This record gives sequence, C-alpha cells and structure tokens, in this order.
Amino acid sequence: MVSYVIRRLLQSALILLGVSLVTFILLYLIPADPARQIAGRSATAQTVENIREQLGLNLPFYEQYVRYLLNLLQGDLGRSYLQKTEVSELIAARLPATLLLMAGAIFCELLIGLTMGLVAALKRNTPTDTTLMVLSFTGVSSPQFVIGILLLYVFAVQLGWFPIGGYGTFMHLVLPSLTLGLLGAGWYARMMRSAMLDVLRQDFIRTARAKGLKRVQVLFGHAVPNALLPIIAMIGIDIGLFMSGIVVVESVFGWPGIGQLAWQAIQRVDIPIIMGVTLVSACAIVLGNFLADMVAPLIDPRIKLR
Amino acid sequence: MKVRYLTGVASAALLAATLAVPASAEDIKQGGSMIVTYKDDVSTLDPAIGYDWQNWSMIKSLFDGLMDYEPGTTDLTTDLAESYTISEDGKTFTFKLRDGVTFHNGRKLTAEDVKYSLDRVVNPKTQSPGAGFFGSIKGYDAVAAGEAESLDGVTVVDPLTVKIELSRPDATFLHVMALNFSFVVPKEEVEKWGADFGKHPVGSGAFSLEEWTLGQRLVFKRNADYWRAGTPKLDQITFEVGQEPVVALLRMQRGEADIPGDGIPPAKFLEVMKDPQSKDLIIEGGQLQTGYVSMNVKMPPFDKLEVRKAVNMAINKERIVRIINGRAVVANQPLPPSMPGYDKDYKGYPFDPEAAKKLLAEAGYPDGFETELYVYNTDPNPRIAQSIQADLAAIGIKAELKALAQANVIAAGGEADQAPMIWSGGMAWIADFPDPSNFYGPILGCAGAVKGGWNWSWYCNEELDKLAAEADSITDPARKEEREKLWGKIFTSIMDDAPWVPVFNELRFTMRSDRLGGPDAIFVDPVHIPVNYDYVWAKDVQ
Repeated sequence: MVSYVIRRLLQSALILLGVSLVTFILLYLIPADPARQIAGRSATAQTVENIREQLGLNLPFYEQYVRYLLNLLQGDLGRSYLQKTEVSELIAARLPATLLLMAGAIFCELLIGLTMGLVAALKRNTPTDTTLMVLSFTGVSSPQFVIGILLLYVFAVQLGWFPIGGYGTFMHLVLPSLTLGLLGAGWYARMMRSAMLDVLRQDFIRTARAKGLKRVQVLFGHAVPNALLPIIAMIGIDIGLFMSGIVVVESVFGWPGIGQLAWQAIQRVDIPIIMGVTLVSACAIVLGNFLADMVAPLIDPRIKLR
Repeated sequence: MKVRYLTGVASAALLAATLAVPASAEDIKQGGSMIVTYKDDVSTLDPAIGYDWQNWSMIKSLFDGLMDYEPGTTDLTTDLAESYTISEDGKTFTFKLRDGVTFHNGRKLTAEDVKYSLDRVVNPKTQSPGAGFFGSIKGYDAVAAGEAESLDGVTVVDPLTVKIELSRPDATFLHVMALNFSFVVPKEEVEKWGADFGKHPVGSGAFSLEEWTLGQRLVFKRNADYWRAGTPKLDQITFEVGQEPVVALLRMQRGEADIPGDGIPPAKFLEVMKDPQSKDLIIEGGQLQTGYVSMNVKMPPFDKLEVRKAVNMAINKERIVRIINGRAVVANQPLPPSMPGYDKDYKGYPFDPEAAKKLLAEAGYPDGFETELYVYNTDPNPRIAQSIQADLAAIGIKAELKALAQANVIAAGGEADQAPMIWSGGMAWIADFPDPSNFYGPILGCAGAVKGGWNWSWYCNEELDKLAAEADSITDPARKEEREKLWGKIFTSIMDDAPWVPVFNELRFTMRSDRLGGPDAIFVDPVHIPVNYDYVWAKDVQ
C-alpha cells in the first residue's frame, strides 16, 4: 500500500512535468512576441529589447524552461504579462469560486443523476425509463455553452427567478452548478440504472425480500448502498471533466473562477497565466484520479492496490 | 517673450460652462453611486504602465498630471499645473504647480514628485509602454539606456515649480504631459508596493481606490480632499468585471448596472437602437480612430502605385459601413474628422471598379493576381474582410483571407515580407492624444517601418518625414493653424502614394442608465475613454 502510494506520487510528478513541458513548448511556438505585447504599440525598439532581457525571453528555449521550473519549485508561477500581478495570487483569489462551483456541480449531478437512474431502473422498460434515458443522453451530448445560455435565458432573463450571472449568493450558484453538473448527471443516470438492475438481481436482495422487509427498506437499506459503491469512486475522475467545463461555464455565467481567468488569458495571450492555470488543472486532475484509486479499495475490498 | 496661458480661474470658468446642463455645476449635489461593468479583469492601475481602453479612464480618475483636457473635448487645459511658460525657442517649459494638492495618503504633492514620476516612467526597469513619448526630454537617452537614474532636463526649481528642458522643439509636449504615463505618483507608495503598485494605486485624483477583489470588483471612493472643489459628483463607483457584454446589457435594462463599459454588443445594436425605451439612453460620439487596409509597399505587386490606387478605388466603403450597422462614417484620408489637420476639402479616391481595372491593366496585371488579406478573427472583422475580398474579386484580385488572433496579425504586420494586405479592424490605431503627429510616426512614418513596428504598409517617405519634423518644431501657439495645415498636407500627400485604403472612422456609442446625469460629451469623452467618470452625477440624490 505504502509503496503503491509512493509510486503513484512519483508518476504524478512525472505527468505534471510532462504537462508543463508540452504547454511550455506550445506557448513558445505561438508567433506572438510577449515583449512587444507588454511594450505596447508606442514603444521604441530599445524598450522592447529591455523588456525581453528582463523577462529572459532572449534566452534559448531550454534555458527559459529550466528557469521556469526552478521558479516553480519555489512556488513562483511568475507575473502576468498584462495584469502585472503574481499568477499565484490571481489563481488563489479565484480558486475558492471554482471549488464552490465544483461542489455545486457534484451535488447537482449526484442528485439528478442518481434519482433518474434509480427511477429508470425501477420502471425498467416502461415509457418513463425510455424518457429518462433519452434525457440523460441529451445531457451527455449537449454542449455546455448551449445549456448554459438556454438556462440563463429561460430562468434568469425570461422568468427572472435567478440573477443574470455573477457571484455572491446561493441563487447565483444554482444555474452554473446545474449547467456544469448536467453532463455528469447524464452519465450517473446511466451508471446508476445499470448498477441498480445488477444489484436487484442479486441473491441478497431476494433474501431481504424473503425475510419480509418492506419494499422501501429493501431498496434503500440494501440495494441502493450497494449500487452506489462503484459510482462514488467516479467522483474523483469527474474533476478532470469539470476542469474542461469550467472554462465555458464560468465565462457564460460571469463566475469569477480560474476557468474565466484562463479564458481571458488565452484571448490576450497572457502566457504566465495560461501556464499557471494549466498546471493547477493538471494537479487537480492527477489528484482526483489518485483519490479515486485510493478510495476504491475502501469501498470494495476485492480491489487491492499493488 | 514669455507666454502665460490658462490660469486656474479661467479653466474653472470654462469647466462650469461645459457642465451647465441642466443647472449650473454648483447646483448639482454630490452623492450617489454607479455600477460600471466590464468583461475582462482590470489590468494594472499604475499610470506608468496601464495602456488599455479599460484602465485608461480609471487611471485618469485616480491620478492627475500637469495637463489635462476640458471634459468632453480635445482642448488642452492645465491640471496639476496652475500655469506654465514656454521659452521662446520652444525648448524649455516651466510649470507652476497648484498649491495644496495632496495625495490620497495625505502627503502634499510637490515638484519633487513630478520629477520622480518622469524619471520613473522613462527608467527601463519600470517597463513602461509609454517611455518613448518622453524622447524629447533632455537626458532621455541616458535614462532609457539604463545609464542614468535621473533625467537631466527635469529640474526642481522650488517645491512648486518644475522646469523641463527639451533636446529639440516638440509641439506635442503639452499633450505628452496630459498622457497617463506622465501622471504624478508618490515615491513612498511606489517603493512600498514595488511591482504591486498597480494593484495599490495612490494618486491625487478625484477618486481613490477603496477595494479591489481580484476577478470580481473594484470600488472607487470620492476623494473628499480633491483640489477641484465640487468634483467629483459621485460618492462611489463600483466596477464589476467578468461580465459578457450581452449579460451586462440585460443587467442594465433590469436596473442592476448603470454603464456597460464594453459598449453595446454588435449583435444587439439594432435592437437597442430601435427600442423606444433604450434609444434615449444611448449617446453617440466620434472617435480618434481610422479603420484601414494596409498594403505592403515592399511586397510585389503592391510596390506598384497603380495597383495600390486600383485597390483604393475597388473597395465599396459604404457597404462596409452598412455591415457594421452604420456604426461608422466613410473615410478618405488617414486622419479622423475630429482630429486637427483633417482636410475637409479632400475628396480621396472614388469608388470606381472600372477605373480600378484599367489601372491594374496599366500596371501589367490585366487579369489580376493572387494575394492574402490578414484580418483579426473576431466579429465583425472577418465579415468586413469578406466584403473587401468580394470587391477585390470584382477587379480580378483573388485575396485569400487569413483570419488570426490579434497578436498574430500584429506580428505578421511587423515583418517586412509576410502580410501583403491587412484589414486593421479591432487593432486599428486609436490616437494616444488628439494631435495629428500621433497618427504619423508609428503607423506611416519611416520610424514605424521596422521589424515589429506598426507601419504595416512599410511606407517610408523621407521627404514627408522631414516635413513632419518641421511641423513638430512649430511650438509657437500663435502658429497652431499653420502647423495643422502642414500636417493636413502631409496626410493628403501620403494618399497620393496610397499605401492605405482608409475605410471608415468608427463612432462610439455609450449606453447609460436613466439614473445618471451629466453632459452627453463626457459619456463619449474623446480622451477619458470610455467615460469621464469624474463628472457623472446621480439623479436620485438631486
């Protein structure tokens, strides 16, 4: 177990190193000149050269990369080219909003997905089942910016039940969480349905019924907990899905998280921010997968970590 | 002969006159607040560094410079300077500072601060994008090269007098002293915050920064000790960031915001203009901007004058203006109409595809040729480029569209052999200050025709460069008209060589909620872009 954890941590470090290298190369290849961009349109050639030197942009590629890594090891993600603020400060200021949104999304996807899956399993092969599965399929396949704008238009603009984007109160959280969670809800509905069908066929369910338990007791005391086990482990993997979703959802709803930060930085080619957010997301994904793997044997003793 | 200009009294009187809607300025009660929304995070508020149209006006509200403009106009006036004198040779400016001006931290502003701020902005360590504007100050080269810390030409005569000597006459120098880059910062605060001064700005302006929550909002509070009595009118301004323009518009219509700072989104423009409820809330103004197609005179076939003229006659500018819902006026010369030096009588090239075809044949391209048109990939620019593409096709020129990110188009334009044609939309030159010289050097002069420069047509006419230098050495205000005439001539001479197709001058439309009062001109201020926040007042406290 301990050796497994150590091995996984080493692997994670390698993955992060790889991510940083690939991102750095991609950003290096962009034909925009950061020094010129910082200097602005009225700068003289001398100013541009000064800036290039101060940022080390005149160094060969590998030297720039090594410099970046050394700073990174000291927790220094650099300064934004355009905002002139420490990237770590920008990310730290926005991380709570993103975590809150993710928590909301996890709540939404579990609530909606599990309920739908459960009902579909109990009403197997009825029109209800079919309808729910079509809905879940729609959830899985709809682009989030479409869902987001649709929800915003109907519930915020037309009905006025929710604020039109922004951040601050519980009401602000509802629509973006729902948008981010619907994709996962679709997956969970399908997983929950098949897990339930699987469990309901098992011997211990028959035993429970045979000893005279009420239907509700059988369902929530025996069937659901067993069906839930494999699903819980999936939440860690969701974090990776969310990381791609937040860029869209946060931009649509004006949610002040790191996804919005990334989107702004990409549009303005603010390289240190793009690097920083990419690394933070990669960390989150690695961590999510790691947690999912660690939790799995606790839930199902048949799984052993080696 | 020494000349003495506007004193404080005169400028105050002028100010009152501009603001006398609906009552006199003194009758407007102070108080109230407004909410301005923006899509992007506010970048730095350090006046030496901030250089986008979002922080430009914010910095003007937080800081002061020696000079400024009358609200809502392009007329220079004094600001921190109470008065100034110019020596006869036009190379020495002596500014007398207003007494009793304090920074937001309570300390008195002196001539030392003016000197410190100018030394700082030129110092390469500051990385100021505006350092080059101060090139005419004596000692600039040594400081810019990092060999000296202090500008030789700037001397503190006494605590309220600063003398600035130039190495050459510079007719635009007073405009430079009104640029944000020259604004006065307190040394102790700059040293305290270091690179984070832009997040903790302390100036002497009408507002002070009260709160800045990264990624969410900034709050400006009225500076009760502001030297201009009765200004600003509002107690508080909240800037909310991270809001898409469409969302911002909806929030404004619901009364949750007062000014959508990014303007009216193009997709909503017609709807808003037709809506009887909102059309009265929209204010239209000009902009010191020209949208143009550049032709790289170093890349064949655009090295041929006939070809460039043919392109000038082939493009249907009226249709392009229609594409953007009439949010612009057709242009025929590089200068925008509100810029001094604009030649009202100049007719430009007519739209005449037949004549264009003839010119192409004369140049040796009876069947046209293939080329590339670079364009910034955000709406409406690709649509405009398509319209240009169709016009060119009509005279036989097959132009392939290269729609790229802004930074990439700019990079391509800065190479001598990469972009034969560029549609400037979304990146177009907007004047830093209302003077024609600002429309020449970087974008049409030889100085800009360098690798990484902004002269995308790589046009370099040394004779015109000489004329330009001559015009800028006319510093005597009495010869202002002569100077503007000369500039007008330079720009129409450029059109004889046709390195550009001037297409349109964009108009600006600002929408503001019914709660806000103030003269229309300050909502489309040509200098305090987008809005001159200092003179907005709230109707609900009147």
